[in-house]
Amino acid sequence: MFTAETLTSWIIFVPTIFAFFLVFFEKKAVEAMRVFALAGTVVTFFLSLALIGQFTVGDGGMQGKISVPWIASWNINYQLGYDGISLTLVVLSAFVFLVSMLASWGIEKHVKGYLILFLILETGVMGVFFALDFFLFYVFWEVMLLPMYFLIGVWGGPRREYAAIKFFLYTLAGGVLMLIALLMYYFGSATPEAMAITGHSGGSFDLLKLAEMAQRGDIFSPGLQVAGFILLFIGFAIKVPTFPFHTWLPDAHVEAPTPISMILAGVLLKLGGYGIIRIAFPLCPYGAQVAAYALVAIGVISIIYGAFAALAQTDFKRMVAYSSVSHMGYVLLGIAVWKISEVTGVAEGRDYWLMGMNGAMFQMIAHGVSSPGMFFMVGVIYDRVHHRDLNQFGGLSGLMPNYSGMAAVIFFAGLGLPGLCGFIGEVFVVLSAWNYSKTLAIVSAGGVILTAGYILWALQRVYLGPAYKGPHPEAITPMTSREQAIGWLLIVPCFVLGVYPNFVFNYTNDSLTKLVDTLDSGYQNTPKPNSVQTTQK
Amino acid sequence: MNEIGLLVQRLLDETTKTSVGLFVPELVLSGTIVAMLLCRILPLLWRVPAQWIALLGAFTAFAWTLCQFDQLVGGTLHATPIFTGLLMFDQFATFFRMFLCLFLILTITLTVLSGIPDREDAPDFYTLLLGATLGMMIMASANHLLMVFLGVEMASVPSYAMVGFLKGRKKSSEAALKYVVYGAGAAGVMLYGISLLAGLTGTGSLPEIGHRLSLIVSQGAGISDPIVRTIVLASLMVLVGLAFKLSVFPFHFWCPDVFEGAAAEVAGFLSVASKAGAFALLVRFGLAFSGGSAAVSEIAFALGIGIGVLAAATATFGNLSAYGQTNIKRMLAYSTIAHAGYMLMAVSALMVMKFSKHGGAESTAVTLSCIEGLIYYLFVYLFMNLGAFAIVALVRNQIFSEEIEDYNGLATQCPLLCFGMALCIFSLIGLPPMGGFFAKLVIFASVFKATSVHWAMWFVLGAGAINTVFGLFYYIRILKAMYLKPRPDGARKVSYDLMPVGLFVLMICLPTLGLGVLPARFAETFNNVASVLLTGR
Repeated sequence: MFTAETLTSWIIFVPTIFAFFLVFFEKKAVEAMRVFALAGTVVTFFLSLALIGQFTVGDGGMQGKISVPWIASWNINYQLGYDGISLTLVVLSAFVFLVSMLASWGIEKHVKGYLILFLILETGVMGVFFALDFFLFYVFWEVMLLPMYFLIGVWGGPRREYAAIKFFLYTLAGGVLMLIALLMYYFGSATPEAMAITGHSGGSFDLLKLAEMAQRGDIFSPGLQVAGFILLFIGFAIKVPTFPFHTWLPDAHVEAPTPISMILAGVLLKLGGYGIIRIAFPLCPYGAQVAAYALVAIGVISIIYGAFAALAQTDFKRMVAYSSVSHMGYVLLGIAVWKISEVTGVAEGRDYWLMGMNGAMFQMIAHGVSSPGMFFMVGVIYDRVHHRDLNQFGGLSGLMPNYSGMAAVIFFAGLGLPGLCGFIGEVFVVLSAWNYSKTLAIVSAGGVILTAGYILWALQRVYLGPAYKGPHPEAITPMTSREQAIGWLLIVPCFVLGVYPNFVFNYTNDSLTKLVDTLDSGYQNTPKPNSVQTTQK
Repeated sequence: MNEIGLLVQRLLDETTKTSVGLFVPELVLSGTIVAMLLCRILPLLWRVPAQWIALLGAFTAFAWTLCQFDQLVGGTLHATPIFTGLLMFDQFATFFRMFLCLFLILTITLTVLSGIPDREDAPDFYTLLLGATLGMMIMASANHLLMVFLGVEMASVPSYAMVGFLKGRKKSSEAALKYVVYGAGAAGVMLYGISLLAGLTGTGSLPEIGHRLSLIVSQGAGISDPIVRTIVLASLMVLVGLAFKLSVFPFHFWCPDVFEGAAAEVAGFLSVASKAGAFALLVRFGLAFSGGSAAVSEIAFALGIGIGVLAAATATFGNLSAYGQTNIKRMLAYSTIAHAGYMLMAVSALMVMKFSKHGGAESTAVTLSCIEGLIYYLFVYLFMNLGAFAIVALVRNQIFSEEIEDYNGLATQCPLLCFGMALCIFSLIGLPPMGGFFAKLVIFASVFKATSVHWAMWFVLGAGAINTVFGLFYYIRILKAMYLKPRPDGARKVSYDLMPVGLFVLMICLPTLGLGVLPARFAETFNNVASVLLTGR
């Protein structure tokens, strides 16, 4: 029953099955519903662990592939599979959903609706990570939108309606761009040459076959690849988010309830990075290479801009939200450090690029642990004192020593302290950027200092100092055992990943090596128009 | 003398042996109308409720058309002109007749549930409803300019009366008057166009027009040529009549007022059924140009581009105007205008691909997908739009209001109705996995293909994509009111019977999801319909 081929579908649809049964719960059985939904996320998490067991390390290709015709006349298949890139992110997501479910105990309003939407969201996320058909990918991508809109809009903070619609609009606009790119590639793959790869007439939505075509180089013209890349990149960059598409993020993250902020930061942002790695780069290697400098620059700007913006915040949660913009900048930077020889078009220092890719993947995983942790820590204190003004905190280490200790570890992990998870990704990315452009590497390294600045400053204002100055001092009580459990669940991976990063590299390295090979040959095989090289950025 | 006898004999044979047999569904509807009126006159029978007679008639007609369609697909029946070529009996027409009958059944069920015509008025109301449907069925099978006009008028006149059916309401009467005046104007223009076209070609038979036109248009004649100018003028005038029925910009002014004034049930009926009939007619009229010389094709090609520009304007105008509305029926009226724009894009792509100079096997495939997209869109539109209007009607019966702000917090009181509305709205926006998304995708894909023929289609495609995002702005307001706002104190309570009402709502709303998740079967059937219409196979 649980082979690698079926496990993927189980992981996607187990949350939906649980959501369906939730409908039949008595409205007043709140506790039972929570436990049931938690069971759903736990089952999904263990299924994702089982998937690790099925994974063959050393094979960079797709494993556990399954393909069932869905809409045959359009060559659309229900096609799933996973490699090291999706596997690590799936495990991360299952983990974050599990932890966020635990953090959802504080939700009192319309519990049933909340839990159902929460589980449907998990289905959408898992579907995106496993989908190997562009159409299917798009469907799951948009499926995530609906629950998210309501989760922010109904259970969010005071400006929730504004934040929810803003999130919805940004993502839908990105989705429409992706849809156009999807059509471009569908019809672009309907040529006779492409038939040798697809084996059928008409276009294809098969991401693997489309990547194969892009690698061959002569099927997708440079113009198509550049246009396609711009559309896809904007679509995904909105999700990442990178400067200048990041403006939905502070609103959405701040207004969302704590568990949803954890999911937004921990999982949904990774979907943007995943989309760039899985779709935007493989489908348009030429476009990606042409845009490489711009991408690196956008990555560096995001790092610095996000860090400065975080420094300027007085709202604790908003500061954490901007730190996400900064941290996700490293992801884009790591992916994009693709340097080529101007003469031959061969990648220069390919090992550095691979290192950057690995760093980007690691950064996604590390940020996926540390950032939900930070949001959770903000949520813990917000639940007690009902404000988030950094200037009105202080002295919490004396009042809540246990909580302050945990928070310090999590925030140091976000800061990138050696020995904790945030360090590895940043170092790998900055090192690889050095090969690409020394100036940009130095600037991005400067981001590390800014990060240290805003995090240490925040720690100082919240946890240190003589006494708590803000409202509701009487409400400050030690963490409950449930909160402590969540804290430990988040802290342990911070250490484990920081001390033994091979937990991630072990799985991602082969897949990323293969990806780098494909991209390199894809760019070289694409016939280049002479003028484009000089005019494009 | 003998010759006339022979002629009469052949006419009788043709009529009795083939035509009447294939015309049974229409005759059933006519018989139902007579039966309802008889019941009203005869004192013994006046206790028989008119809605049951109407429902029985609609069911019979639907079952009959279903059988006909099945036989056409199976090959036991063959496409043939009936009534000496006045009407066309083929898969395309039969599909639309079936579609209209199905819609008639659903509308009658809705009126029974919402009780809009009271006992006294029921026979009148259902007579008008069935009469309008009859006219639309004739529109769908019209094969002659005469029947084009007759069909449009037969569909329009009962609609005018239905709009004003809420007697004693000022808005309703005003709406009806507006509709009549606009309708009469449009019909007059259309009739003039028809007379010009018939005078030029000396025939009214649609399939002959292309051939006849090529006899009078000299090769290479431009717009300065008086004959070409007359043809273009005549076609535009006919299009004005159809554009009025479709509420295409700039002939849409009646639509919001009429929808606001009419009962929601009638508005729902008009928005779907009269559009379906008019689109069928538009496709037939567009295809009437085929089979002509290159010069005629060029005229049709230009018309196709013009329709594309109109489509883009219609979608944009509809969506932008909807944004400011506070009355839900007005908003939905503008939304139907926008949707007419999307569907018109398919017709535009069809004309452009069909009449382009570089025709070939590939462009035939695209024309098929244009019609497939149009039919699929209409089919999904039936459920999503009727669903939205049905819920508006059902809610109106409880809260006596159609203002969006009175919908605040409804989700807590009638979760099922709101869930149905959410499904319809997501489908109207065009989000996957709803049927509205797949329909939009097929249409956008055809338009995308048409961009390779003429650059103006990029504009159309761009308008379509942007409008998808525009649409979100106002549709989401309904959901925002229902789900995100609290129910004000003292607001009227909404209660409904789960059994007939809830079931009905699910029955019309769930297909919007089903058509998105499992579109394969329908898409193939519709493609087949298109194939028979365009290629005869």
